[in-house]
Amino acid sequence: MSDNTLISVNDLKKYYNGDKIKALDGISAEINRGEVVVVIGPSGSGKSTFLRCLNLLEIPTFGHILFNGVDITDPKIDINLHRQKMGMVFQHFNLFPHMTVLKNMTAAPIRLLKNSKGQAEEQAMALLKRVGLEDRANAYPSQLSGGQKQRIAIIRALCMNPDVMLFDEPTSALDPEMVGEVLDVMKQLAREGMTMVVVTHEMGFAKEVASRVIFMDEGKIVEENEPVSMFENPQSERLKSFLAKVL
Amino acid sequence: MEFWTVLVNKFVEFWTELADQFNQAFITGDRWLLFTKGLGVTLLVTVFALVLGVFLGVFIAIIRTAHDQRQIGRSNPVLSVLNVICKIYITVIRGTPMMVQMLIMYFVIFASSRNMVGVAVLAFGINSGAYVSEIIRGGIMAVDVGQMEAGRSLGFGYASTMRLIIIPQAVKIILPALGNELITLLKETSIVTVIGLKDLVKQAIAVQAITYQPFMPLIGIAVIYLVLVMLLTWLFGRLERRLRTSER
Repeated sequence: MSDNTLISVNDLKKYYNGDKIKALDGISAEINRGEVVVVIGPSGSGKSTFLRCLNLLEIPTFGHILFNGVDITDPKIDINLHRQKMGMVFQHFNLFPHMTVLKNMTAAPIRLLKNSKGQAEEQAMALLKRVGLEDRANAYPSQLSGGQKQRIAIIRALCMNPDVMLFDEPTSALDPEMVGEVLDVMKQLAREGMTMVVVTHEMGFAKEVASRVIFMDEGKIVEENEPVSMFENPQSERLKSFLAKVL
Repeated sequence: MEFWTVLVNKFVEFWTELADQFNQAFITGDRWLLFTKGLGVTLLVTVFALVLGVFLGVFIAIIRTAHDQRQIGRSNPVLSVLNVICKIYITVIRGTPMMVQMLIMYFVIFASSRNMVGVAVLAFGINSGAYVSEIIRGGIMAVDVGQMEAGRSLGFGYASTMRLIIIPQAVKIILPALGNELITLLKETSIVTVIGLKDLVKQAIAVQAITYQPFMPLIGIAVIYLVLVMLLTWLFGRLERRLRTSER
């Protein structure tokens, strides 16, 4: 494990119903600082479970996850502190409907990072401006389109200045014409050097932005490569048939 | 001509009789004071029982949901024990009649106490707590799980996420059912009559015993209950509308 490694996953297993369902069956992977790792695979392959294990929204059954050199699967550590450094974006946005956009973005920095209200709002407004939504600061989530909601969800996570951003199928719940605006924000983020782990079905995004692509099936990593070789020269039969279907 | 005279006379007679009954039930000997005292007792028991019920309900609902939402492989023995106690409490309270609980409370558990208001508040509060806890739990469960995940992923702890994100959304869901519970509670307090507490119903019966006329006192308290319930319905309606507008 080099200094550049941000997350190191070692033999991660997640079982349900005792050991009847093996959602993750021995995953080992490293995620380096500044890398954009895209995880692809058929539905039920465990890619979302893998992502959700990274910030312990799912507790792994076996295995260890080192984040910044700390084993976060250790029950004795305070996971809340580590989650502050791992931003997460969900398929269904999960904005807080009873708060304005600005409150959504400033609640965590004010309460957890002890930033002043003015400081947090200034940061939030700067981020809103970057995604072109500064005029929606006082709107409620129910007044926004899906694409707007997801862009807000992304910058809400950024307000905590995370070391890594986890994306769980961020465009799957969007109308097709809104996918682009969300992917643009993510591309911009990648260009700025943010470490990202992205579970997605957007193969175009993977090709264009990913520094590495991981292909998962049946709870295992089947193939792992940089995107050009991955898509143009797939090794395993499983990946070949998957790509034949989605491309 | 004859017919109309009779009709008018009957009409006058009826209203005179009614006025006389009204007089006897409410005016003579300042009997309206009995009704206001009774109303005071009814409201006192209702309000304090509600406070106790909501307090107990919130407490139990939080234990039950925290237990149901615990992460697999991270169980907490204290929580498990509390959860079992809460379940037994809810089963017993919801499984026995309020009247029986009231009688047991007054004649068995607090047999030596003559503080009827205190016992009534306790009995109704404990009863209401069981129902309120399930209402609140239902409200918390109805909030999308993604909300808890979003809160936790930002770094908020379980308790903070509950307080800042889940509970404010649950309140909106809970409100109609909670209003219903309050209305039920207000009317159910009439059961205190069986332990001899002088609430609205008891006072009406007392007046009936003096005047030998059931009509006015009973219709009178029926109207009082009805007006109170209508008032509560209106209040809750306003509260709901106000909470809803915060999202538009």
